[in-house]
Amino acid sequence: MLNFLTYLVNGISLGSIYAIIALGYTMVYGIAKMLNFAHGDVIMIGSYLIYTFMVTGGVNPLLSVLLAMVCCTVLGIVTEKVAYKPLRGASSSLAVLITAIGVSYLLQNLALLIFTANPKSFSPVITWEGISLFDGELRIQGVTIVTIITSLIVLVCLQLFINRTRQGQAMIAVSEDKGAAALMGINVNNTISLTFAIGSGLAAVAGALLCSAYPNLTPYTGAMPGIKAFVAAVLGGIGSIPGAMIGGLTLGVIESLSKRYISTQLADAIVFSILIIVLLVRPTGLLGKKIQEKV
Amino acid sequence: MLKVENLEVNYGMIKAIKGISFSVEKGEVVALIGANGAGKTTVLHTITGLLSADAGRIEFDGKDITKTPAHKIVSMGMAHVPEGRRVFANLSVIQNLRMGAFTRKDKAEIEKNLEMVFARFPRLKERVNQLSGTLSGGEQQMLAMGRALMSNPQIILMDEPSMGLSPILVNEIFDIIGKVKADGTTVLLVEQNAKKALSISDRAYVLETGRIVLTGQASELLNNEEIKKAYLGE
Repeated sequence: MLNFLTYLVNGISLGSIYAIIALGYTMVYGIAKMLNFAHGDVIMIGSYLIYTFMVTGGVNPLLSVLLAMVCCTVLGIVTEKVAYKPLRGASSSLAVLITAIGVSYLLQNLALLIFTANPKSFSPVITWEGISLFDGELRIQGVTIVTIITSLIVLVCLQLFINRTRQGQAMIAVSEDKGAAALMGINVNNTISLTFAIGSGLAAVAGALLCSAYPNLTPYTGAMPGIKAFVAAVLGGIGSIPGAMIGGLTLGVIESLSKRYISTQLADAIVFSILIIVLLVRPTGLLGKKIQEKV
Repeated sequence: MLKVENLEVNYGMIKAIKGISFSVEKGEVVALIGANGAGKTTVLHTITGLLSADAGRIEFDGKDITKTPAHKIVSMGMAHVPEGRRVFANLSVIQNLRMGAFTRKDKAEIEKNLEMVFARFPRLKERVNQLSGTLSGGEQQMLAMGRALMSNPQIILMDEPSMGLSPILVNEIFDIIGKVKADGTTVLLVEQNAKKALSISDRAYVLETGRIVLTGQASELLNNEEIKKAYLGE
């Protein structure tokens, strides 16, 4: 039983990281109507930045994370302006998708060039030991607790931002109808930039949490969590913010419990088979809205 | 108030608008009528910056707005009720209306404006918290018009407000356009329903495959033999 709880809590923690990454995917999809497959690699860049600030530069861990967030935000905005914006309005949405994959390879190889392929051992951002329950039978690591709390804070802040601020309302309008939003006086380009900025900033947070839990940093660190978070976003209903959260948590728990009760090797296969099942059974995801068409 | 000179708009190789000129004076209702594909919607989209002009000039209130981006138009005093209403389906009625006042900062005035819109469209007040996507076509049209009025515009561009509505609702919508005019708001109206459009307009321009082929007082055009044959079905 306690064993089950341990894996459940770990799953929730892992799922929280997926959720934060999935939020970036889902927001960008909702507003720019594109799948940013380079999103996972922004996590990796963020992690390397934290590593550089913290280990090489000797900066305080929290400040390192904040600095990395700022850098990733800029990276997100620049990528959007340079790579994706010129393709907006292209006849095929495939063009921007392929570009995103190109950006992904660019970032990975850039990291390979700068930091080499040797894994960097990431000294944890979170040094808290954690808590033990039931006379030390159940131990929950500090990083696990911090991860879960962080993702809750992120979700609440994001919901408040979207529902209570002008910029948030502008995002909703742009996600529904860019032309009509522009007619309301909303600057569509700035709103899309803002979305990339938020998504990329969150990717840096995810990087800090991910590398604290699994302190092994390579240029490909972001790829797998990125793809899994994409599955999480689809599972929750792509475009939906609560959906990303629920999808992320569900996926994390399934992965963790599969590792414990089914097979460590098969865990990834199980996660990806969820994508296939969702697409077959409920393509709009758990919370996705059916597209209404009214003439 | 609004002046369009030698406007040309292309979609790739296709010339959609082939050099048209027209004007709308303050307080007027001017109709742009013509068959499907004549270029009416293209003209409105180009005026509000959703499309860019390839040649010609658009002037509003003495200012050149030919290259002004769409999001800067509404705060200049021009609102656009797009074809097909395009309300924000996942937002409630009240959220849609507030979206119409997005660029305004004068909170007290916005509330007054909201009351005015509710007085004009009582049906919207009844459904204030309903999601817009669940409204009927006529209600959505009212919402789109109310949303445009929330920016307190000097001129409203309306694109096919009667499209897809029942005859009773068509009458209701045209009544409202008349009232909007009576309030002193200038209207540029694009319509396929030429008879209805001419009956409430001061002047009209007839658009045919990207060119203005006829213009005049609406009452004259209503009695014009060619118009009767081509657009009024008489």
